[in-house]
Amino acid sequence: MFNTSLGIDDLIFLAQGAGMTILVTAIAVAIGTVLGIAFGIFRYQAGPVLAAPVTFVLDLFRSIPLLIQLVLANAFIGTVLRLKMSGFTVACAVLSLYTAAYCAEIVRGGIQAVPSNTRRAARSLGMSWFQDMTHIVLPLATRIALPSWIGLALGVMKDSALVYVVQVTELLKSTQILITRLQEPLFLLLICGAFYFIISFPIARFGGYLEKRWSND
Amino acid sequence: MIEIEKVRKSFGQLEVLKGIDLTVKNGEVVTIIGGSGSGKSTLLTCINGLEPIDSGSIKVDGQDVHDKRTNLNKLREKIGIVFQQWNAFPHLTVLENVTLAPRKVLKMSKAEAEEIAVRQLRHVGLGEKLSTYPGRLSGGQQQRMAIARALAMSPEYMLFDEVTSALDPQLVGEVLDTLRMLASEGMTMICVTHEMKFAREVSDRVAFFHKGVMAEIAPPEELFGAPKTAELQQFLAATH
Ligand SMILES: Nc1ncnc2c1ncn2[C@@H]1O[C@H](COP(=O)(O)OP(=O)(O)OP(=O)(O)O)[C@@H](O)[C@H]1O
Ligand SMILES: [Mg+2]
Repeated sequence: MFNTSLGIDDLIFLAQGAGMTILVTAIAVAIGTVLGIAFGIFRYQAGPVLAAPVTFVLDLFRSIPLLIQLVLANAFIGTVLRLKMSGFTVACAVLSLYTAAYCAEIVRGGIQAVPSNTRRAARSLGMSWFQDMTHIVLPLATRIALPSWIGLALGVMKDSALVYVVQVTELLKSTQILITRLQEPLFLLLICGAFYFIISFPIARFGGYLEKRWSND
Repeated sequence: MIEIEKVRKSFGQLEVLKGIDLTVKNGEVVTIIGGSGSGKSTLLTCINGLEPIDSGSIKVDGQDVHDKRTNLNKLREKIGIVFQQWNAFPHLTVLENVTLAPRKVLKMSKAEAEEIAVRQLRHVGLGEKLSTYPGRLSGGQQQRMAIARALAMSPEYMLFDEVTSALDPQLVGEVLDTLRMLASEGMTMICVTHEMKFAREVSDRVAFFHKGVMAEIAPPEELFGAPKTAELQQFLAATH
């Protein structure tokens, strides 16, 4: 049907890029979610005055394009702080905070959607603030926020393509390298897209599965 | 004994409780009636410390609810409350709803908590629904589950805030029957209600709230039979 000079080595090279995409995304989503839950609870719980600085910083992370954040962070760490940090570390750090900023909003929205009487019922039974949070509020907020959180995870995975600016060779960058060499852009992009799909699909399905399970409650 | 003395409470500019005095003795059933916004729900949430008060005092068994040194979580173990709606923990089964607090708050073992929960759920007629999720229950069943859940903590006092007013008329009866049963068993109760017939039957005393003031309080025959204030006369005329 068609000829390609794409060899098995090249496919392995792409798979390594995909591996990097998965790794960076997994780290960013894991750290970002933990931080996001903490920031989200803080934003919900703290009064407007206390929450304001946190909100401001989170808004910065949400409104400045990721590409700019990566370049600036890299320059700042290298030239101002004079720290030797690998591109990978910078990429993970920036992407984690970026994820945390979005996740905090999702968490806050989820918490707000828990009916206040449900929480009052929990506290009325003698449960502490912490018990209410862990047994009632967060489980319910998780159910409410799951679709948005899945969307965030998938978005972060695609956005992680931008970490090439700090010299991390992930899936898209690997593809570009091959395109330069093999001069078969459409075919390679198709394969790259397929890789992204293969990574996303289980995440989306898993989310769908959880949603279905919980809706039976 | 619940002793409420000169309790005042405002939300911003709005004074919702304007000096409430009420003492509820053990074993007594007091119902509170009154128009919308008269402060009935607010008083209940002040009694278990969900809402702070501005002045006055509320003592439960001599312990000041609003004293900073009072361990509210501990105090709440003996005060059960059921709200108008959104009582259920929707992500937990009926049995888990009822066992959660005994396990986490009273540190009971799972088996022990379940034994008590099953007993309480049977008591309110939900013995067949243990592994059902609240979303699959009718409104009346949800309210009875909430009552069983509160009872599983072995409270000495029960507060009910219009527990039937969000229900379809045909479901009101089953919940009121549950309250009647509790009253006949000697539970100390404060019930906010719009069900005048119920108030007449179960109450030792009925209190009428009007605009943040307890305008009248008397045994039901007296309060319904010979209302003293014009406000209560109007209120009763409107609800018949
Ligand atoms: N958390 C709150 N913040 C501000 N205002 C409140 C709050 N809770 C109650 N209020 C106001 O306080 C007043 C009394 O409310 P409350 O719920 O105690 O009345 P109620 O007697 O229970 O009325 P209803 O029969 O409608 O339930 C109302 O005007 C209400 O709007
Ligand atoms: Mg009310």
